[in-house]
Amino acid sequence: MIAVMAPGVLAPGVVGQGGMPWGLLPLAAVNWHAAFFMLFAALACACAVAVVLADNVVRMAFYLVLSLGATAGLFFLAGAEFIGAMQLMIYVGGTLVLLVFGVMLTAQAPFVAIKPSSGDKVLAGMVGAALLAVLLQAAFRVEAWRRPSVAAPVAAAPSATPLGMALLGIRVDEPPSGAVGTRGGYLLPFEIVSVHLLVVLVGAAYLARAKRRRTPRSIDAAASAVSVQERPAGPAGVPLASGGRR
Amino acid sequence: MAAFLINSLGLPDWLAWTVTAVVAAVLILHVIAGGALVFIWAERKIAARIQDRLGPTRTGGRFGWLQSLADGIKLLAKEDLMPEGADGLLFRIAPYVSFCASFCAFIALPFAFDFVGQRLNVGVFFVVAVLGLEVFGVILAGYASASKWSLFGAMREAAQVVSYEVPLGMCVVVPVMLAGSMDLVTIAEKQGGWFTSWYLFHDPFTFVIFWVYVTCAVASVNRAPFDLAEAESELVAGFHTEYSGLRWSFFFMAEYGSMFLVSALAAVLFLGGWNGPIPVARLLGLSEGTGDTAGYFVRLLGCGNLLLKATLGVLIMMWVRWTLPRLRIDQVMTTCLKYCTPIAAAMFAGAMLWQLALPGGLIRGLPAWLSRPAGEVREGWLEGPGGLPAGRGGARAASPSVVRVLP
Repeated sequence: MIAVMAPGVLAPGVVGQGGMPWGLLPLAAVNWHAAFFMLFAALACACAVAVVLADNVVRMAFYLVLSLGATAGLFFLAGAEFIGAMQLMIYVGGTLVLLVFGVMLTAQAPFVAIKPSSGDKVLAGMVGAALLAVLLQAAFRVEAWRRPSVAAPVAAAPSATPLGMALLGIRVDEPPSGAVGTRGGYLLPFEIVSVHLLVVLVGAAYLARAKRRRTPRSIDAAASAVSVQERPAGPAGVPLASGGRR
Repeated sequence: MAAFLINSLGLPDWLAWTVTAVVAAVLILHVIAGGALVFIWAERKIAARIQDRLGPTRTGGRFGWLQSLADGIKLLAKEDLMPEGADGLLFRIAPYVSFCASFCAFIALPFAFDFVGQRLNVGVFFVVAVLGLEVFGVILAGYASASKWSLFGAMREAAQVVSYEVPLGMCVVVPVMLAGSMDLVTIAEKQGGWFTSWYLFHDPFTFVIFWVYVTCAVASVNRAPFDLAEAESELVAGFHTEYSGLRWSFFFMAEYGSMFLVSALAAVLFLGGWNGPIPVARLLGLSEGTGDTAGYFVRLLGCGNLLLKATLGVLIMMWVRWTLPRLRIDQVMTTCLKYCTPIAAAMFAGAMLWQLALPGGLIRGLPAWLSRPAGEVREGWLEGPGGLPAGRGGARAASPSVVRVLP
């Protein structure tokens, strides 16, 4: 956050020497942008490893939240505020609340404390190593990413308005002289995704709706009232209803 | 502030930015911690008066001013207990998760024109997203306590918060749509002038949706009548049954911090932010955008305005808490899914149509061809010297291309 406030002014080369107390000098030598990048990156990586190594499902979820939150911090550090807030909202907030919600109500004893066999570990290690190799090779192939650019990212650029306009089919980031329609916006994908989500919502509501009973009794009414609460969770509702009656 | 330190005091850049960041963080921390002290005292007094009692009267003088401080010392001295079957790490860390979520959301909250920890282009979105994380600490606490009461409380809280995020998000979208920006500073700026330009009075739909927002905000911070997570008549104390001492008080600091935050958010989104009901500074010919001493005092006045509005919001929440009975869990869900969400959706559509037909708002609700567009009317006086930050330029530059591309 601090580094976002001060893009590009914290490099050691621009430190003034105007009669500063010597005790503060170590602060001046720190490149805050790089320091915060390393902090967030290390946090994300360490917590990702902890997700794999932990054997308790809820602890895994907790480490996953930390890892995803640190990734959001990286986005904020790069000035991509919209993506960072999205990361917080969708991944850290929504997914993990629902994950914990579902895990804690559905998990039976073998899933709460997971003990993978050694064969699983070897297989997972191979898959992970292969993916890492592909990613590293792809990352180092991009020319622009190789040497660190001197200019720090500009955090002041508004990120939400051009995104919203592009979703409506208007690319404000392009020079207006170009022919309209060469690189249009994303109106069609946006609409497709919207309709898709609407279908999912209707389907979830259909699956989770209260079933009509022929002879409604007061106990059933109370049970169905309890089951109302997991409707937003969609199909995960059935375990919760049983949990409510427990 | 960093610019002031660099230009006037001659500090080097790195020191100026560090000092600015530390000052902002410490100030926000004190808003939460000091606010919690005051609000807990106020809550006890208000609860007492509503129940025809006196409340604290002795500690620190006539009104029991120092009661919260005495409570704090008592909490510090309490033993930090942990149940035997608890998950130690998660049990210890859960209060801090809640508190951090509450604290982080304050970073993007503007207290006055330039008084904002970090001005974010997506401020509203950030605040709502981070506020939703507070529930994670509660879920961890409920799980890690190894207690049935705690787990039930946490489950209720999870169900409630996840459900109420939907109508809350819809309510928040309306001021964003009217202002054309997700930046909280811009949203508050656009409501400058007399109180008639507050979004609360923009049109009938925003007036209704403000009350939907109030309902959802009370529910999302788990205050009565929606405090199912800690319903003491059913669940002992809900998710914090097993907590004691300072960890317990961290939960309460987070709760009071969140109450203040949603109230301040309501003030920024609907009640003009730091703009008072009467634009005193503008009538005196002062501008908050200038960098001199007068501008600073105008901003300080605005900060007082916002704090006053947010405090009033918190007091209203207390009033509601001690007046209404607690809802049952199915009634909570009915309120959310059958009332708040459809009303919010309908009001959103209505506000959109109103904005298309009568962009001038309710009070100067002349048809569009008779009055100037609302943006020009309101923003004309805002564009003082240095009054407009660069963030607004993007939106304005975008509008010609809209005209160009749309048929």
